[in-house]
Amino acid sequence: MTDVTTNTRTTPRGTKPRRRMSPSNIMLYGTLFVASVYYLLPLYVMIVTSLKGMPEIRLGNVFSPPVEVTFEPWVKAWAEACTGINCDGLSRGFWNSVQILVPSVALSIAIASVNGYALSLWKFKGSEVFFTILIFGAFIPYQVMIYPMVILLREAGEGLSFITGTRIRLMGSVWGLVIVHTIFGMPILTLLFRNYFASVPEELFKAARVDGAGFWGIYFRIMLPMALPIFVVAMILQVTGIWNDFLFGVIFTKPDTYPMTVQLNNIVNSVQGVKEYNVNMAATLLTGLVPLIIYFASGKLFVRGIAAGAVKG
Amino acid sequence: MAVTDGTGTESAKTSARRPNRLFKNLTAKTASIPMIFTALVVFIGCTGWTIYHSFTKSRLLPAPDKWVGLDQYERLWSTRRWLVSIENLAIYGICSLILSLVIGFTLAALLDRKIRGEGIFRTIFLYPFALSFIVTGLVWQWVLNPQFGIQSVVQRWGWESFTFDPLNNADIVIYGILIAGIWQGSGFIMVIMLAGLRGIDEDIWKATRVEGIPTWKTYIVVIIPMMRPVFVTALVLIAAGIIKVYDLVVAQTSGGPGIASEVPAKYVIEKMFQSQNLGQGFAASTMMLVSVLVVLIPWAYLEFGGKRRD
Repeated sequence: MTDVTTNTRTTPRGTKPRRRMSPSNIMLYGTLFVASVYYLLPLYVMIVTSLKGMPEIRLGNVFSPPVEVTFEPWVKAWAEACTGINCDGLSRGFWNSVQILVPSVALSIAIASVNGYALSLWKFKGSEVFFTILIFGAFIPYQVMIYPMVILLREAGEGLSFITGTRIRLMGSVWGLVIVHTIFGMPILTLLFRNYFASVPEELFKAARVDGAGFWGIYFRIMLPMALPIFVVAMILQVTGIWNDFLFGVIFTKPDTYPMTVQLNNIVNSVQGVKEYNVNMAATLLTGLVPLIIYFASGKLFVRGIAAGAVKG
Repeated sequence: MAVTDGTGTESAKTSARRPNRLFKNLTAKTASIPMIFTALVVFIGCTGWTIYHSFTKSRLLPAPDKWVGLDQYERLWSTRRWLVSIENLAIYGICSLILSLVIGFTLAALLDRKIRGEGIFRTIFLYPFALSFIVTGLVWQWVLNPQFGIQSVVQRWGWESFTFDPLNNADIVIYGILIAGIWQGSGFIMVIMLAGLRGIDEDIWKATRVEGIPTWKTYIVVIIPMMRPVFVTALVLIAAGIIKVYDLVVAQTSGGPGIASEVPAKYVIEKMFQSQNLGQGFAASTMMLVSVLVVLIPWAYLEFGGKRRD
């Protein structure tokens, strides 16, 4: 940015240097500033409310900064907030979400990267057809597929129990949800990896083939190390997506295994008892913290991740 | 399968040299089993299953043998709650489409004016997109709280008669949800628009400057028409998001007051998993699919039908 301004000042052929306080500039920054207030306001309100005590909230308004900063709402939200009869706070939801997140992210990325690799370098008859179905499937509302998925998971669980002789439940367990996340995350991730592997120079692939490397050999020794940045993008995409999921969590798990978003909603929107707005906002902020940290830490990669689905290959 | 038929005769002739084509690339095919399963069983199979069962009299359990034709759809379209849901979706959809595009493009255009602190502004506009709809809904529920939120703040400033309580007013509740929805999603549209603006050749700007066309006019007459594909992509993404609106409503209003902020996605989930009325859930979800197809098919035709002709 500084380049541009210095350029226009030193070279005589450039456009006339703009005055910093010209009316159009004031309009420009003014608009951006007003927009920033709209976007930042809820975050500010969340933080401020979560640091106040209840008496202060009843007296003041949502925007006033805390007079007495207290971290009690945070402690209460984490360890004591109630959902129905359970009063062990959001911590349970947090650990459930972690238990769902880790295998879901690993499995969905492993499968999608192999898909993308096969689709771009090991095309077989019909592979493009499956890919097209996959992409169009991304637009089907989940509500259309969700009930048959419940039946499929229940039946698959029973089938597995029969084969292994032990009682395995997929429906209502973390593993069922992992499978669901893997399936519904597949279109966008496969697209991401396919587009990446399609840009790999073909000579590299052919050279490895001549050297006698097979499907898995090329994947693990050449493609995987090369594709590390795209794996990071996929990870950002999946971690935020799965952490923020509510619909699948509420349908495919039971109250003991509810992810954090579902538990948060149950805590805040519970009808019993006095509403503790400060605890509610602390809980909301806690739930939003994981994706926010990823967002602020990853910077441009996050943008790349979300744009990956938007920009056509 | 047609594949095996074709290769059967072929491999008979050249059996010594060429292996069966079905086994060619066998590892790749085996590795793609999860993808093939997802495409065929989940995306096609489950969708077909739901569509079929929407024509049956399923209640507590799916009843594939009790065929009732279009009965479920007739009941659906005479249910007040569904009609309210559709009306809400239409209002939310149209407003959110227009506002997202306008806000997203305006912000992107402003950021593209070679300003200072572009990165900071972009970070601010986009961070809500990292948050879940549940978090979004709960925060805005609190900001719009009539007792402590925006309404009370303005009243305390001295404007005593000021009322802004969308979440408890059945007539405007959907706009309360809209404010939150725009807050969460417009940054994403801005990013897409910004990528589109950056793709425009600098020479175009130089040419319009030479011609003396004012900046705002350049945007409307030259830049926006040039960005048609970006707008179409944004449109499809917004539309696909609108139909899925569910968690935002659950968190912000739970469909209330009364049934004033119900949406189709919520109707489906409740019919399927709470009121044990599967047939209604299947019919309603099929209607959701139909509305997606109405958007998707013309887009796919323009996008891919056009390319084939080139």
